[in-house]
Amino acid sequence: MSIAKKLGVAVTAGLLCGVGLGAAKAGELKTYSPVTQQRLDNPEPENWLLYRRTYDGHGFSPLNQINANNVKDLVPVWEFSTEVIEGHEAPPMVNNGVMFVTTPYDHVLALDAATGRLIWEYKPKLPADLFQLHPTNRGVALWSDNLYLATVDSRLIALDAKTGKEVWQAQIGDYKKGYYSTLEPLVVNGKVMVGTSGGEFGIRGFIKAFDAKTGKLLWTTYTIPGPGQPGHDTWKTDAWKDGGGPVWITGAYDPQRNIAYWGVGNAADWPGDLHPGDNLYTSSTIALDPDNGKIVAYHQYHWNDSWDWDEIRPPTLIKNLNVDGHMVKDALVHPARDGYLWVLEQNDKGIQFVWAKPFVEQNAFKSIDPETGRPTYDPAHKPTVGKAVSFCPSLWGGDDWPSESYSDQTHLLYIPAINNMCGEMTGVKKPLIAGQLWLGADPDTIKLLPHGDHLGELQAWDLKTGKEAWVHKFPAQLFASVLSTAGDLVFVGGTNDRMFRAFDAKTGKLLWQQGTNSGIVGMPVAYRVGNTEYIAVVSGWGVDAQRQQVKLSQTRLKLDPNAVPQGGVIWVFALRHPAS
Amino acid sequence: METLAPAEEASADAPPGQGRSGPPTVAPSRRAVLCGLCAATATFGTAARADEPAEAARNKPAQPGDWLASFEDGHAGALIDPAGVKRDMPPLLAWPFDPAKKIARDGSRLNLVLVMRFDPATLSPDERPRAANGIVAYTAVCTHQGCWVTDWLAKKQLLHCPCHGSRYDPRRGGAVVLGPAPRALPALPLRLAGDKLEVAASFTDHVGGEAPSGY
Repeated sequence: MSIAKKLGVAVTAGLLCGVGLGAAKAGELKTYSPVTQQRLDNPEPENWLLYRRTYDGHGFSPLNQINANNVKDLVPVWEFSTEVIEGHEAPPMVNNGVMFVTTPYDHVLALDAATGRLIWEYKPKLPADLFQLHPTNRGVALWSDNLYLATVDSRLIALDAKTGKEVWQAQIGDYKKGYYSTLEPLVVNGKVMVGTSGGEFGIRGFIKAFDAKTGKLLWTTYTIPGPGQPGHDTWKTDAWKDGGGPVWITGAYDPQRNIAYWGVGNAADWPGDLHPGDNLYTSSTIALDPDNGKIVAYHQYHWNDSWDWDEIRPPTLIKNLNVDGHMVKDALVHPARDGYLWVLEQNDKGIQFVWAKPFVEQNAFKSIDPETGRPTYDPAHKPTVGKAVSFCPSLWGGDDWPSESYSDQTHLLYIPAINNMCGEMTGVKKPLIAGQLWLGADPDTIKLLPHGDHLGELQAWDLKTGKEAWVHKFPAQLFASVLSTAGDLVFVGGTNDRMFRAFDAKTGKLLWQQGTNSGIVGMPVAYRVGNTEYIAVVSGWGVDAQRQQVKLSQTRLKLDPNAVPQGGVIWVFALRHPAS
Repeated sequence: METLAPAEEASADAPPGQGRSGPPTVAPSRRAVLCGLCAATATFGTAARADEPAEAARNKPAQPGDWLASFEDGHAGALIDPAGVKRDMPPLLAWPFDPAKKIARDGSRLNLVLVMRFDPATLSPDERPRAANGIVAYTAVCTHQGCWVTDWLAKKQLLHCPCHGSRYDPRRGGAVVLGPAPRALPALPLRLAGDKLEVAASFTDHVGGEAPSGY
């Protein structure tokens, strides 16, 4: 019986001439290229070894076999059903011809990246009493011979990359109290860093580092400082104990400074008057020493968060950036959930504010201090207990967790944005009950207020001029991460019409699109095996994009709440006639 | 009289399930995951032992003959007085209560129950026999991803799950009216026994979200 029949998978024609993976038997890789610090510091162009391909977070591929001139010949070459519904948000990770994809419920699939042949699959056992606000996973981290999976029941699991078998497990937090993890871990020098979700369950957020070999807990850094810790006095009451500050998107890393940058999420519960004070380090970027977890620098984008505006993505790290007349050696660029595009500078003194400009309609900030970047607020648009408050952008912000991409070639910053979408909520004070959603807002009053003629915007920013270079508008929401490539292409899914699209990176012209099985909320990647470049993305709608769809069905837009069927499929594309 | 379900494979992770008999299907191949019945089955915990009856009783789901104790900040409070369940109120949260052992079944979040009262004439024909003088009960556990369905949309007269916006109609067997929930909210039939609200039968469907577990 052929391996394919044994595994019971559908295969496309001609795949059994796989390119040199050398699987010894079904279910196992005979060879695997161990992932070292040297490889992560300078990854090979043909692989995708980190969440955003490189530690600086650019999400840019140097491959250019597929380019603006020939992308019209891009065709699907293999697909694979994950057999899971719900939102598939993970990038396919690729290491020398083997692809790893994670799904909701934390399955891990290992496939031949050229042919789609399944090598092994891992499924953790999840507890029956688990509740999932965000049923998704954003990928496995790669280090040495292992993969690292953070789970929705708050564990960190090390798997043998060759076999998918568990090597060790460690507890991150208590899922019954609302601690869970969806992020792809970040590995630096044999230390596996993870954060925790739970900003809607009144957690006290943290980042933990575990030894990659043994699973031993090395350090814990709370994102909400406790008594005696710097920043604790920015919490005027006991609200710090369940103040939120979740961490649920992979950090960035600067090897020259040895700094891991992490984004910190919302303050809990939402209305700011329930937790008076600036509330460090919610809605902030924190800079950590990965060796010991110490916070060496930080910048808070907006104080006393009242809008659920997690600043969860780390900034994109760009060296020697000219920003609207300022020359910045180590620039931290962050298109924020709060609707402003922020440029900060890391220097030896810490993180300094450089420049900021709204990239979507924003009515909550009255002004930005030119020295510190500290916003002043319009109280009419800052949620509070006991009254209905509207604000722009909505709680989903100008750009939520989906990643922007910075092209090392065009030097443009591509932002998956939602514009013209304001929100409203009425704050309410309620006691926190472990395991129960705790928003501080009556869910019936949480509304979306869309207006104008479109919502989604793929924006391209020229930071040198400080202006938008081009924008492509979408009628409804845009909710997925962006890939830019040296072929001068920008790829993104994210729409309720199930399309996967490629744009000219220089002009924004739509060059190619492909309808898929479901809506894409995942991250596209580019990789090469042998002489062929591939673009891969998982299509499988759910989580926040779906929740937006339901909420928008209750607005004047009257979107169909069931427009997008669910079901995960890995899509892999290549040119019809790849150049040799 | 309640009986223990047949002995099943103990699961270290999963609290007791809702009375499905037989061991969970263990799938050697990926395709078995598609078994709709198996997907959300919670495995039964270890059978009650003589030396730890309290723990086993706390973890068991609502049993016929149980009373209902109010959920107060996570701990069990007083027994619910039917006269205290009024119309036009948000749902009361309750734990089933073992009348023999005098223990609330608050050991698993899967056990939480919603209680509401309606005019019996407004209940669907299927719902009416499950109600005790217009008082109905449902699991609080959303069939989507297991969050507690604790919100009441008074104008629309619908239960609302705050996690992903699913809405259920408590007058019509917990039918899904909007949102991603794949099936109706399992109902817990009630009866009046003297002055007490009593569980008349097990849940009408298995309790829990869609997340596959137990393989």
